[in-house]
Amino acid sequence: MQAIATIGRFFLGFFSQTGLLTLFIVQAVKALVTPPVYARLIGQQIMRIGYYSLPVVALTSFFTGGALAIQIYYGGNQFNSEAIVSSIVALGITRELGPVLGGLMVAGRVSAAIAAEIGTMRVTEQIDALTTLSTDPFKYLVAPRVIAATLCMPVLALVADIIGVMGGFVVGTQSFGFNAAIYVQQTVNFLQPDDVISGLIKAAVFGFIIAIMGCYHGYHSKGGAQGVGRATTNAVVASSILILAANYLMTSLLFSA
Amino acid sequence: MTGMITLAGVAKAFGSKQVLQGLDLNIEQGQSVVVIGGSGSGKSVMLKSILGLLTPDSGTIHVDGTQTVGLSRRDRAHIDANIGMLFQNGALFDSLPVWRNVAFRGLQDNTLDMQAARDIAVTSLSQVGLGPELLDVFPAALSGGMQKRVGLARAIASKPDIIFFDEPTTGLDPIMTDVINHLIRDCVRELGATTLTITHDMTSVRAIADKTALLYQGRIIWQGTTDELELSDDPFLNQFINGLAHGPIEVEGQTVEATVTGGA
Repeated sequence: MQAIATIGRFFLGFFSQTGLLTLFIVQAVKALVTPPVYARLIGQQIMRIGYYSLPVVALTSFFTGGALAIQIYYGGNQFNSEAIVSSIVALGITRELGPVLGGLMVAGRVSAAIAAEIGTMRVTEQIDALTTLSTDPFKYLVAPRVIAATLCMPVLALVADIIGVMGGFVVGTQSFGFNAAIYVQQTVNFLQPDDVISGLIKAAVFGFIIAIMGCYHGYHSKGGAQGVGRATTNAVVASSILILAANYLMTSLLFSA
Repeated sequence: MTGMITLAGVAKAFGSKQVLQGLDLNIEQGQSVVVIGGSGSGKSVMLKSILGLLTPDSGTIHVDGTQTVGLSRRDRAHIDANIGMLFQNGALFDSLPVWRNVAFRGLQDNTLDMQAARDIAVTSLSQVGLGPELLDVFPAALSGGMQKRVGLARAIASKPDIIFFDEPTTGLDPIMTDVINHLIRDCVRELGATTLTITHDMTSVRAIADKTALLYQGRIIWQGTTDELELSDDPFLNQFINGLAHGPIEVEGQTVEATVTGGA
């Protein structure tokens, strides 16, 4: 009986959370498309989410591009290496690693920060204060963060693409003695616009997920400092898992046709 | 319905815990009512229900003649525009300087431009005894007492007809408590506002209340003027205002045997 009760509680909790999250997303999307639009707050969030994430995304993609080049070089038995390394690095970075690793890094940085900030506002009654001052918390807090993250992630992914390919180039030319001009030529010849565009579409979806998860867990946090800490952890875990799941789904949709 | 704020049969439960159990309370226009009660007696839930932050399970709440239970934020916007609220810890927005906090409502509904908002902030801060040098300071740099004063300035900035105070003196030293009590009394008198204060600080009750109500187990079990409060022989009231551990009121987590008796 105890086991059945435990299973029942798990499923009740799961469906309850799913319902709450769905309602939250509906309210958030409604807030995105209805006035007022807080341009000043969107600008602030673009700085915090986009601009300040540039170093971490750039470093991650540079080292990933370099590591990928090493793996392909040694894994590909060093035959026709310039063509293979350059093309697979470009493809891997633009289609998968740029948006996904960028998304995961931004999830760790931004989703946690959003959850902590909104969670603190919740437990210190600042969200209640917003409501009593005739301001919709979804329009004032959630919408600017979701808009900023959804706009910034494709830009960050593009930066990750460029620097990731550059990482492969640096390793290829400096460690394996590839000809720089041939490497660049191979990359340009092989890479198709769709490879980059598919990655940018994924990144926009990841941005939406990151902001929504941060806002959702912060908004529903309770129980003081411990509750805010729990919300922060949950936001990072949930956004990371959802990014990986969404990546699989979108890859299936975009490339199986 | 005659009062400015009228609650009738308001009930609210969280899971199996029944917090409000048919609460009735009437507040006349211009009256300063203080609701007292121990921790967990339902004071905050009552206040949040009036503010529309919680929806009662049953009962009605009329604010300025409008039945507010079940109304959406948009439908109660005209009521919210006429309400000021001082939260327990100020609830100032960390990311905004003091002047933006004080003039927040006017800036959000675009009724104030930047200069007018700063002017309103200066006026409101002076009403609570603070100078213009605080305008550009962020809340984190203020002491608890100053945050409360800025919160009070924000509550009165739009000159509302109704003001709520949630434990306005909790956590303050006795001198700052007296300062806040006087500010509340003076501001309310100047604005002619209807006010509802929830507290368990008897100093505040004596300083600001026209009428006091005792909330216990989700119901108002006693109400009267400040003079009646001092003269009452209600055992629940006597235990509460004298701060006695023994009496009919159950202390959280344990039941204290009744040692005080008397009529209501």
